[in-house]
Amino acid sequence: MNLLIELFLTFFKIGLFTFGGGYAMISIIEHTCVEEKKWLTDEEMLNMTVIAESTPGPIAINCSTYVGFNQKGFIGALISTIGMILPSFIIIFIISMFLDNFLEITFVASAFKGIKVAVGILIVDAALKMFKKIKKTTLSIFLTLAAFISLFIIDVFAFNISSIVLMIAAAIISLAVYIIGKAGKSGAGK
Amino acid sequence: MIYLELFLGFLKVGFFAFGGAYAAIPFIREVVLSYGWLSDEMITYIIAVSESTPGPIMVNMATYVGAEKGGVLGSAIATLAVILPAFVIILLIMIAFKALLKNNYFKAVLGGLQPCIIGVIAATGAFMTYKNMFLTENSGNFLPDIKTIVFTILLASIFIFLKGYRKKSISPIAFIAVSAVAGIFVYGI
Repeated sequence: MNLLIELFLTFFKIGLFTFGGGYAMISIIEHTCVEEKKWLTDEEMLNMTVIAESTPGPIAINCSTYVGFNQKGFIGALISTIGMILPSFIIIFIISMFLDNFLEITFVASAFKGIKVAVGILIVDAALKMFKKIKKTTLSIFLTLAAFISLFIIDVFAFNISSIVLMIAAAIISLAVYIIGKAGKSGAGK
Repeated sequence: MIYLELFLGFLKVGFFAFGGAYAAIPFIREVVLSYGWLSDEMITYIIAVSESTPGPIMVNMATYVGAEKGGVLGSAIATLAVILPAFVIILLIMIAFKALLKNNYFKAVLGGLQPCIIGVIAATGAFMTYKNMFLTENSGNFLPDIKTIVFTILLASIFIFLKGYRKKSISPIAFIAVSAVAGIFVYGI
């Protein structure tokens, strides 16, 4: 089979059958691309995961771009990524045509009120899960708490400050701590 | 011009969402609210729909918001914008900057971004929960909603109990389905 068609179909299938976003997707991509198709070695898979997590954007897109480029250059990356997003694009587009009307039915509105509560809990849980995984240093714990408290206050009082400001500040603080730490070490070494 | 706004708004989301799906939710909420595209309430529903359908949550949300504001073209533009930064950055890394990932300064920047985004995600979830319990739906005035407070505590207890007791992760889809059924009982048909 033509490699481009194979890339497209493989990622179309991954896009169609993976619920729950990023991390669920990584395990399926691992199964398909390492074990089944042998497009990646274990080591490459690990590298790709690190790259996907250290760069912005949907992890699934990072992965499809990486594997596609690895196999067939730019056009491979493009075809794989299109394959990846096409199923959900079609499904969500169809849902978006009906959801508004659907919500006017009373029992559906009640169900969504219940769902609203669940979504809040799921988001907090996702954050806790991520927190468990990172390296705990004084700095990382401080930054997590500081970001949490700042944004919660910003939201409650409806201040017009974007969380992007918090991210830039965190990046600067972390970089400064690293540079100062390094200068301190080389100073002590003399 | 709505198409340009959708493009720029979701480009920003795609560019700043480090760490996958949940990292994008705070930014999508911010962008959507600041342009006044949808209500906070509707955003929560879209999160639930995006969780319960296949595909990356971020892409699903972009598709939905785009479709709602600009039809087929709008949803195509929003979807493209949200994936564009990831696509371009991965290509650049593979072509030119593989060494960047081993650079200590770059690592230090990432070391600051990761904990910050975790705090941002937690605050977004906590604020949504606070809003459900204490703010009235449309005006945003402070008014405790006893029914929702009890319901939230109950649902959270079940969640924590299942997680602690069975030591397994709970499927978000299953949890959303359970809360939907419970919602019908609590808030009426």
